[in-house]
Amino acid sequence: MKRRKGLMRIGLLSAALLLVLSVSAFAQDAEPAEEAPQEVYDAPPAPVTNLIAKDHVYDSGKEIDIEFDRSADDGSGADDVEKYEVYRSESGSEETLVTTIPAMVSGGDRRVIIDDSNGGLENGAEYSYRVLTIDRAGGSSETRLSGTVSPSGEWFDFKKINMLAALVILVFLIKFFIRKAQRGEEIYLRPVAGLQAFDEAVGRATEMGKSVLYVPGIMDLDQVETVAGIIILGYVSKMTARYETDLEVPVSRSLVMSNAREVCKSSYLSEGRPELFKDDMVHYLTDDQFAYAAGVNGIMLRKKPAACFYQGKFYAESLILAETGNSIGAIQIAGTASPAQIPFFITACDYTLIGEEFFAASAYLSQDPKLVGSLKGQDWAKGIIMIAIVVGALVETLNVLGVVTFSLKPLLAVG
Amino acid sequence: MFWKTQIPVAIVFVVGMLTLVQWFIPHRPFDQLQVHMTQWFDIIAVFAVILGGLNLLKLQFSKIINRKKDWQYAIVTLVGFAVMFSYGFFRIGVPGEIVMGDHLQAENSHFRWMFFNIFTPLSATMFALLAFFVASASYRAFRIRNTEATLLLVAGMILMLGRVPLGALLTKNLPSFMQLQNIQEWIYLWPNVAGARAIMIGIGLGMVATSLRFILGIEKSFLGGDE
Repeated sequence: MKRRKGLMRIGLLSAALLLVLSVSAFAQDAEPAEEAPQEVYDAPPAPVTNLIAKDHVYDSGKEIDIEFDRSADDGSGADDVEKYEVYRSESGSEETLVTTIPAMVSGGDRRVIIDDSNGGLENGAEYSYRVLTIDRAGGSSETRLSGTVSPSGEWFDFKKINMLAALVILVFLIKFFIRKAQRGEEIYLRPVAGLQAFDEAVGRATEMGKSVLYVPGIMDLDQVETVAGIIILGYVSKMTARYETDLEVPVSRSLVMSNAREVCKSSYLSEGRPELFKDDMVHYLTDDQFAYAAGVNGIMLRKKPAACFYQGKFYAESLILAETGNSIGAIQIAGTASPAQIPFFITACDYTLIGEEFFAASAYLSQDPKLVGSLKGQDWAKGIIMIAIVVGALVETLNVLGVVTFSLKPLLAVG
Repeated sequence: MFWKTQIPVAIVFVVGMLTLVQWFIPHRPFDQLQVHMTQWFDIIAVFAVILGGLNLLKLQFSKIINRKKDWQYAIVTLVGFAVMFSYGFFRIGVPGEIVMGDHLQAENSHFRWMFFNIFTPLSATMFALLAFFVASASYRAFRIRNTEATLLLVAGMILMLGRVPLGALLTKNLPSFMQLQNIQEWIYLWPNVAGARAIMIGIGLGMVATSLRFILGIEKSFLGGDE
């Protein structure tokens, strides 16, 4: 009996629970729960202001600068601006989207962009612009440029005036000292150990009855270092002609081969030994950097030259070549203007012409008054640069300390 | 003399001045000069490759015919040249209809396979040798022979130790200015940069002065012939 009563209670409770759940379910259907409140963006964003478009200065007439103040709702106000779209139109053609700028990227209130139209606008054409400010809800507002703007090219880049002045001074100094040298005035050149060793290296190869290996770098004739390397080759080949020593010049560029061959031929001719010159003493290996290094290394290990010259532009192969030359016991003289390779050559070679010494080699070796004079002019230019550096550092330091109010920075800015 | 010296000097002067002037004049047609001149140079260099290739073949054939020392290596060079040339020029093993030029980069082409599976590993092997050469060169450079070499050794040790966690660990209890990572940063940013910039200024000035010597016809020995 008690068990039946208990079962009835459970049944009643279950029915009541079912009833409550059903009612609440129907109630939900009839009256849906209130959704979480969403932000409402009914007002369009504030448009950008002070829109200006003007010709980009010191260009070829292909660019226009566009500037505007960001929307009052970008970073402040409703703070709902998502992006800006800049459109350009030319009379008689369709409007083009120039760029899309996200809101609040960085910087201050002013946005500046350069419209170069991926290859240049048309010089002299009339362009008009509008900027669309778009918010996160998709609302937008527009600012139109009043009038049109036309790009034009300039005939001189005034941002480079300081470079032009420096160039004029350098030319003047070079010309001045050339005239001085041509008048017979003695010009002192400090001894450069690497250049004095050229004779020693070729002489050693002659005494040992071995060849001289000359590597003019791995770049083409469009590099001034390669040309400087070929000029030095002219002097080395004169020595090998004089001492009747074998010369081998493996090159990695065909144009360099033709040029180097011509220079060597002239040297042998000027030394009165044209019969010793052979076309194949200057020969092509390959254009590829490491294949060339492998080829030159092979020549070194097979022929064991007594003197190795590395004069030109080098990259990672510099150490591979110089260390192999070191391992065969050759006297090695390197010269390059590649700053990253100078430490490798200094470590592995007997002598290294560092930077400007390399470019001074032809003047030093030839003792031609014109070249020596130009070198002196170059040295004076270097002196002026050194003074300028000291004065500049001093003025800027005093400016930072507040002792002086002017700065030299604008003078040094190159575009 | 006229054709071998004066005409080339005139060409160097005109082209050099144009290249110099175009850097200061942004207006057309000067803004396009550098691009065009570079393209002209590339075109000339491409034709000159034929000279280089012929020179290579001539030398290697002459080695084999005259049985010069190590002539066997010349066979390897010639076979490599012939195979790559044939597969590239005659489009051997190029799948599908691929236009000339693109076929060198085409997926599954034999040329591409040889380039990436034979040539590239061989180049990489040469490059990898650099690691061993750096070790041997460093050993020589760091040998204490004089004051400069000792300075180099000390600076090098500080730089190497300061750039690994061990350096920081060794000196973590010392004052900040004596910690290796700070000392190495100072060496790297100040004395090192000062020296590097001094060399760069010298190189830059040397390049400008040398270029001016070429343009103004002061230096002519690169043309061959007596000045």
